[in-house]
Amino acid sequence: MKSRAYPFYFAGGALALYLLFYVLPAVMGFYYAFTDWNSYTTEVNFVGLENFRLIFTSGGSQNYMHFVRNTIIFTIATILLKTAIALGLAVLLTNGIRRLAYFHRVVMYLPAVLPMLVVSLVFKSILNPATGLLNTTLRSLGLDFLAQRWLVDVTWALPSVIGVDTWRGVGYIMVILIAGLQAIPKEYYEAAAIDGASGWAAFRRITLPLMMPVLTVTTVLNLLYGLKVFDIVFVLTNGGPGRATDTVYTAIFDEFSKGRYGVATTLSTLLFLIMIVLGYFVIRLMHREAEE
Amino acid sequence: MPMRRIQSVLNHTLALVVSLIMFIPVYLVIVNSLKSKAEAAAMGAALPTALHWENFATVVEKGKLVTAFGNSVLYAVGATLIGTTVAALAAYVLSRNRTRFNRAVYFFIIMGIAMPTNFVTLMKVMQLTHLINTQLGIILLYASMSIPFSVFLIYAFIGTIPRELDEAAIIDGCSPVRLFFSVIYPLLTPVLVTAGVLNLLGIWNEFLLPLYYLNSSAYWPMTLAVYNFFGQFQADWSLVSADIVLTIVPVIVIYLFAQRFILSGMTAGSVKG
Repeated sequence: MKSRAYPFYFAGGALALYLLFYVLPAVMGFYYAFTDWNSYTTEVNFVGLENFRLIFTSGGSQNYMHFVRNTIIFTIATILLKTAIALGLAVLLTNGIRRLAYFHRVVMYLPAVLPMLVVSLVFKSILNPATGLLNTTLRSLGLDFLAQRWLVDVTWALPSVIGVDTWRGVGYIMVILIAGLQAIPKEYYEAAAIDGASGWAAFRRITLPLMMPVLTVTTVLNLLYGLKVFDIVFVLTNGGPGRATDTVYTAIFDEFSKGRYGVATTLSTLLFLIMIVLGYFVIRLMHREAEE
Repeated sequence: MPMRRIQSVLNHTLALVVSLIMFIPVYLVIVNSLKSKAEAAAMGAALPTALHWENFATVVEKGKLVTAFGNSVLYAVGATLIGTTVAALAAYVLSRNRTRFNRAVYFFIIMGIAMPTNFVTLMKVMQLTHLINTQLGIILLYASMSIPFSVFLIYAFIGTIPRELDEAAIIDGCSPVRLFFSVIYPLLTPVLVTAGVLNLLGIWNEFLLPLYYLNSSAYWPMTLAVYNFFGQFQADWSLVSADIVLTIVPVIVIYLFAQRFILSGMTAGSVKG
């Protein structure tokens, strides 16, 4: 009866597209990871674990572990910064001000709907060491010592990319956290106020514990995003200066454009394995939230 | 009482400063799009001394933006329609008929939210299916990229539509196809708008897939046209800004009209209730 009213072929279109463009490339990745597939010859030879050995042992400018390290630093730093700032802003826009709160929310979310490409191009000019808005503003305030060579300095490039990404992503996280804050019953705070609790005590004892599920979700969203980061790095620095800001995905693109498809696929497949394990826990988590 | 006044003023000032920081890049491209080349060289925050509206005409012509705009609309609208429709159909049967198998299929599909794309082997798939460097190919790619999240959003929403409606329609002799399109589909409007707008903006803003899979510039969308334009006219920020303004105006307009749906969609999966 049920299968007649809800025929499975309804799911056919979605499944077909998903299998063809998501699952098939992922499965093929496992095969090509063990080959020397490249753009110079049509021949594809089985090379065993050669690509993996290359990735785990290479030094110098092709130090893949360095790209992995950059990706992890980027991911952890953006998770911490976005969560802390977004939580502060969410509390400010929920409890701190009443008038114009919605207006501010709309403005602060705006960067999240702009194309990443545009954001990166504009920040490239803002962060220009000589003429950029950031440094000229710092100098006009007499803060010359703060004016750095942001994206072109080996030490400052990665922190600058992290800064721009935080600017872009913080409003998105904030909007999710605001929804979480609004779901906390006002009575809790009223009761706490009657008992003489300070604002900080109320935040620590009521807000934080009740926000834990939402904070878990935002952390996971930031984690999945951070490990896959590509376009912001690609446009801001293209992995430079040197290869100081290369991440896993920009390294994949680099291998791909050099025609070394086998190595590119191996990197992709390793990332896939990590993300699928993470994804499994994420989906369970999101599903539980949605079911309750 | 004065303490609270001071606190309130501080809060409002802080919110205003943060909002300003969030708005700076949009402000910068707007003012610089109207400056002369020399004036826009540093991409400064000052207002233009004279309004150079002709910048827009120049970029539309030099950047081939009419074609690019048409392509962007085609990809975003086409992929959104296809992706959202097949996702709604799948979410509907998977949510209504929760057998073990169907639940497994549901989880299998939404795993795609976390799955990274293997662009190298995907290129192989595009070649094998002869979809590489075609507009249909890019539309199907975007449609499939939107499926996991759309299924996730719509699946949860279908759970809130009473089953009694289906039963009444079935007793009245409704076929499964009619049941879905005349009874269920109209009730899905809110979630379809949310999923649709999110997909539309996501596709409009994306430039990786065309970068990999569209070689001929006649097929490029707005974002890739901007990227290419930037490569050619790096020294001319007034033109680059004008190009950027034309790319983000549709995004901002859609955002302002649909922010209610966007903000609700963003929170749907994350906060219960």
